[in-house]
Amino acid sequence: MGTEQGAKRAMKPALVRTRALSKQYVQRRPFSRKKCVIDALIDVELEIASGCVTALVGESGSGKSTLGNCLGMLETTDRGEIWFEGNEISRWNARQLLPLRSKIQMVFQDSVGALNPNFTAAETIEEPLEIQRRESGKRLRARACELMEEVGLSADWADRSPLEFSGGQRQRLSIARAIALEPAFLILDESLSGLDLSTQAHILNLLLDLQTAHSLTYLLISHDLSLVGQVAEFVAVMHRGKIVEQGSRQEVFDNPQHAHTRELLASDQILESAFRTAQAGG
Amino acid sequence: MSMPSGTAPLITSPLLKVRGLTAKYSRAIQSAPALHQIDFDIAPGEVVGILGESGSGKSTLALSILGLLPANAGVEGSIVFQTEDLLQINEPQWRKIRGAKIAMIGQEPGLCLSPVMRVGDQIAEVLRAHRPAEQKLRKLECEAILREMKFSDVDRIYKAYPHQLSGGELHRVAIAQALVCQPDLVIADECTRSLDVALQTEILNALGRMRRKLGSALIFISHSPALLVGFADRVIVMYAGRIVEDGPLPRVFQRPLHPYTKGLVELVPQRRQHLGLSPRRALPVISGSLTELDRSTPGCAFEPRCCARAAVCREESPQEVTPEPSHRVRCFNHGN
Repeated sequence: MGTEQGAKRAMKPALVRTRALSKQYVQRRPFSRKKCVIDALIDVELEIASGCVTALVGESGSGKSTLGNCLGMLETTDRGEIWFEGNEISRWNARQLLPLRSKIQMVFQDSVGALNPNFTAAETIEEPLEIQRRESGKRLRARACELMEEVGLSADWADRSPLEFSGGQRQRLSIARAIALEPAFLILDESLSGLDLSTQAHILNLLLDLQTAHSLTYLLISHDLSLVGQVAEFVAVMHRGKIVEQGSRQEVFDNPQHAHTRELLASDQILESAFRTAQAGG
Repeated sequence: MSMPSGTAPLITSPLLKVRGLTAKYSRAIQSAPALHQIDFDIAPGEVVGILGESGSGKSTLALSILGLLPANAGVEGSIVFQTEDLLQINEPQWRKIRGAKIAMIGQEPGLCLSPVMRVGDQIAEVLRAHRPAEQKLRKLECEAILREMKFSDVDRIYKAYPHQLSGGELHRVAIAQALVCQPDLVIADECTRSLDVALQTEILNALGRMRRKLGSALIFISHSPALLVGFADRVIVMYAGRIVEDGPLPRVFQRPLHPYTKGLVELVPQRRQHLGLSPRRALPVISGSLTELDRSTPGCAFEPRCCARAAVCREESPQEVTPEPSHRVRCFNHGN
């Protein structure tokens, strides 16, 4: 399996690649002139294989979301390169980025904050289609309903506000909006945390189906190792702004090299094995 | 309906006795109540885990025990804590109970703490509200509990503002604040939801250690069965505002009786076993989801999603049965 995955990786070219990516946040302390510099990303080298699920794991504050935002072109970087489909895009201006934005989409954790409460469900999906001038007139609404059906939402709900939806349904709506522009690369920034286990599994199955249907590449940012262990093909571990380990899921999970990875895996393992023991009646 | 019995034989009278608790948000007059005829007891010092998916009424239950439901909510039944019925008491009486006898740890401690007050003072404030004592003594007591929470540099934590602390530190401060008055009952509502596994374990250990020391009872609300193991004595499973199963933890997880509990237990990710499998394999799910329609059905609310449904399930709501001692379930498959 290890060699098989290795071969798969060798075959599949990287869709996204970063070279020595660095990002600092400068904060001024209140009522003081002192500046406080936070190294959010330090020389990050990450490769995301085309058509695969790559997971980015790490404790809170390790820089996972910053990296996700940089790859999603929502934040600029200080140094380093981001390669996407063979182009170095980290210094592109807004006009150059516009066609690219449809290819890179994000789904966030907080679906309430990510969706405009003044829009109906259909308008939420129609907005990117209008901005990128993909559809217009009647086709626009038809396409929005099509996408809603695709993510498992009834088209009858097209005129409801996102706030009337449950957490899982709102996340489905965010996914529908993200895939509306037929992206190649989807960044899922903790999109599944905060949902209960059953809803989580439903959404994961939906994401896996969509991946097959649209040949999508996923970057799954998560702190939940048991979730990552179920779906990711490749895993990168972040710790204090650095990628400390990356490889196939099996390499990382079975033979973790970095102490931090071992620590993360151990605590996850304790919970799981305690549960299995209890289940078996130990 | 049979009266529930705790796991351990109740030598003393229960600490909390909830009977026929029904809560309804008045906005939804036609729709079903958020809590429906909830009955359970908690013995002093007992740890009860409440499991259920979002919308099952877990948080409404926690808020109704603390008398914190919004004004538009209608509550019926009785919640007897020690000797007082919490649904009958007035606000000044509540103030003597909240924080002193019943404390709560919320989902987001970062949001529960005031951003403009030092965290040490916030812990001391709870003491000041409930126990007249000298300021110096209060400070000593706060420092003692922070030390108990395994903070190495108590002085820094005491003087820090919430934004200066990390997520894990904030959680431990919130636990210290809840436990400083040595309450008889602590309610933790998904208090580790947003944390990574390493921190989760650390926080749970801290909570468990302190609880054992103080002998408080604990209601631990969660949607993940794995978190309750080694922690809870008893598990209550809720679905659509009803208790569908209640029993000692080992028995509920080894031999779940209700189909919903079975589904929940199967959902716990099995990382090791998945390793050899293709990642394209679909994950186990409980099919369907909880809809508003299911709540107001005359039958069992879980019927549309159930894999073991019978004709009767759609017609009438199952009553509670006790197939094993101290293990009750609400399902037609176990006699009714």
